[in-house]
Amino acid sequence: MGFFNDLTVKPWLQSEKIDQATADKAPLASPGKTALKFFLAVVSVLFLLFTITFLSRSQFGDFQALAGEPWLPLENKSQLWLNTFYIFLASVVLHGASKYAGKISARRHTLLVAIAIMLSFVFIQGQYQVWQMMITNGYFVYSNPANSFFYLFTGLHALHLLGGVFVLLRLLVIYQQKPNKQSFSSALALTSTYWHYLFLVWLCLFALLTSSTETFKVIAELCGF
Amino acid sequence: MTHVAIADQIEEDHEPTGFVRKYIWSQDHKVIAIQYAITAIFVGLIALVLSGMMRLQLGFPDSFSFIDPSSYLQFVTMHGMIMVIYLLTALLLGGFGNYLIPLMVGARDMVFPYLNMLSYWTYLLAVIVLVSSFFVTGGPTGAGWTLYPPQAILQGTPGAGKGIILMLVSLAIFIVAFTMGGLNYVTTVLQARTRGMTLMRMPLTIWGIFIATILGLLAFPALLVSAIMMLFDKLLGTSFFMPAIVSLGESLEFSGGSPILFQHLFWFFGHPEVYIVALPAFGMVSDVIATHARKNIFGYRMMVWAIVAIGGLSFVVWAHHMYVSGMNPYFGFFFATTTLIIAVPTALKVYNWVLTLWKGNIHLTVPMLFAIGFIFTFTHGGLTGLWLGNVVVDLPLSDTYFVVAHFHMVMGVSPVMVLFAAIYHWYPKITGRYFHNGLGKWHFWLTFLGTYAIYLPMHYLGFLGVPRRYFAMGDSNFIPESAYSLNASISVSAIIVGVVQLIFLFNIIYSLKYGKKAPANPWGATSLEWQTPDTPPRHGNWGKTLPVVHRWAYDFSVPGAKQDFIPQSVANEDVEMNDGSTFTGHKED
Repeated sequence: MGFFNDLTVKPWLQSEKIDQATADKAPLASPGKTALKFFLAVVSVLFLLFTITFLSRSQFGDFQALAGEPWLPLENKSQLWLNTFYIFLASVVLHGASKYAGKISARRHTLLVAIAIMLSFVFIQGQYQVWQMMITNGYFVYSNPANSFFYLFTGLHALHLLGGVFVLLRLLVIYQQKPNKQSFSSALALTSTYWHYLFLVWLCLFALLTSSTETFKVIAELCGF
Repeated sequence: MTHVAIADQIEEDHEPTGFVRKYIWSQDHKVIAIQYAITAIFVGLIALVLSGMMRLQLGFPDSFSFIDPSSYLQFVTMHGMIMVIYLLTALLLGGFGNYLIPLMVGARDMVFPYLNMLSYWTYLLAVIVLVSSFFVTGGPTGAGWTLYPPQAILQGTPGAGKGIILMLVSLAIFIVAFTMGGLNYVTTVLQARTRGMTLMRMPLTIWGIFIATILGLLAFPALLVSAIMMLFDKLLGTSFFMPAIVSLGESLEFSGGSPILFQHLFWFFGHPEVYIVALPAFGMVSDVIATHARKNIFGYRMMVWAIVAIGGLSFVVWAHHMYVSGMNPYFGFFFATTTLIIAVPTALKVYNWVLTLWKGNIHLTVPMLFAIGFIFTFTHGGLTGLWLGNVVVDLPLSDTYFVVAHFHMVMGVSPVMVLFAAIYHWYPKITGRYFHNGLGKWHFWLTFLGTYAIYLPMHYLGFLGVPRRYFAMGDSNFIPESAYSLNASISVSAIIVGVVQLIFLFNIIYSLKYGKKAPANPWGATSLEWQTPDTPPRHGNWGKTLPVVHRWAYDFSVPGAKQDFIPQSVANEDVEMNDGSTFTGHKED
């Protein structure tokens, strides 16, 4: 029964039927999964609203996109692609660690998680390099709204990733103190979903931040800005 | 979908010992709820005092040297923000949500107790940051609770230095705290209900809190986004919201930002916020009314659908706060229409409360008085909302005292009436003692009549065109002399109502020790929290085994049954009937 089907039940009637139906149900306990779904919804709203403000702001005269012309800083995307590769790899490694948890030794399990953490740090370091490059070329946070959004988006995304890294480190510590493989791998499954999600968010941000003024115009027209 | 509560693992349920683990770093939802409640009420009292100061100035202009135009604006701002976010949201969801969700759905605790504890301490941090702005140079922000840029961060506005920064940081911290708590509430409702507790058997209190929490989770990010972007504008010199501007004769570095963008973001949060406050209140008042009228809630399913529908609609009405900011007339039409549509499920709820009372066995207890008081204040506030939802009526009334009267009736007084109803209703369960009934009744009548003495005349002031947020009216010819005496009368009433709240505070503190001992279920209520083996409930709530739910939460005055209520945890075969037969449940007409 879906949520909306549930809403049609007349709770003052059918009490035995309901009792029977609920007694037959096996325990279904996945609070982490439910909470993660809601958390991802919250983060999605956050990034969505930033994106809407970005698109809206992109239609003002003073907005200068960061790509689209040869002299613009994000026209050369090689570092960003490299960073994308790192976060993709971190996501894949975590996926493997959670999927093959039963088939690999605890030591390898831990190693894979450590590699994912390391790759995430490399990603953040890579993003920082792009920041440095921007600053060196005079693209400061205040000099143009496109720059402001670039620092804002990448910073916020990195913060979310750091939050995930913190959770992974905590998991590792708990696993070292209390080696419970089952709870470790179910927690890993959640973090791997989180990494996939952050990878997807990054792809969207990447596309958004490296689009040209014309592209923004088309998107804004489609959105009715 | 219902299943065995995941928290039903008594062997892992180590009860904390020692004062610190039990009452300070506690992970017990009941203790956290009380921590939330005490903090919220404390900070709410500060906001109450601030409103008293505003009223002193308005009622008796220029009589108090410690109130100048800047401090007046700071009082307005801090009063609004504290009341809406740090008192109402925190007390309704952090306080009552925490206390009631596990008890009403039959769980031992929230599903993530540690996160729950963290949520409270983060909330406390947000409060400390906010209150600290009273003590920094320049004082707290005086930008109005809506914090509109550009004035919010420009020199000339009180608290435009550190005050506004502390406000924005505090809001961001609050949102983090709320998200931690909110994830807990929704997950507990969805995952930790005891056997037999289907979604449609949940009391309306839980429905209200559940949907309000989802609204909060989806709406607070808009406030976070605006807070972060405004902090960037203030601290890093970006121009998200700041247009090219000349301030105090000096051309600033900003250019091209859109203040309207901030308004959209703010109200995309701000309007759902009204329902984040209202929905838990709707739910709790439904349960108080049904219990004290000894009657099942009229139209339970409609009530649930209305809560869900209001939740959904609340995201598509935000721009009715911005009619005077200017917008495409088609948008104005759209937002006016959605605003009027939201009145349908809301009115449905009011009718259902009244119909629940109709032919009920009404017990005029203190909680019931407050609940009935709520029906009055909410209807009044709601009806003026219908006026203001229309563009042509809103334009002349906007920024007058009519709006102040409207929103105070609908989302100030009304939720507070429910909060009082709820505190009095659940007090015997939370403390194990009765409150003092006589004091409770004095508290009700003085508060109820007092709020009318405050807000009814304010509507009239609004019609006269008296503008809100003004420190003094100056030599405004269109404001008659009578408006000034009316303002004085409002101020006297406001101060009386403020002082009357001391009766309430005294009552709840005095009764903690000297109140008569209360039995487990003093009101004859049906929902699970009244069926706990201990009163107040102990750590883990349910003793060795979790309760099993056999019915909805509104089996009051069932024909043929010996008692006028059947608790949710009683099976049909255990219901005592007058003729000794077995209860076979209700039949469809």
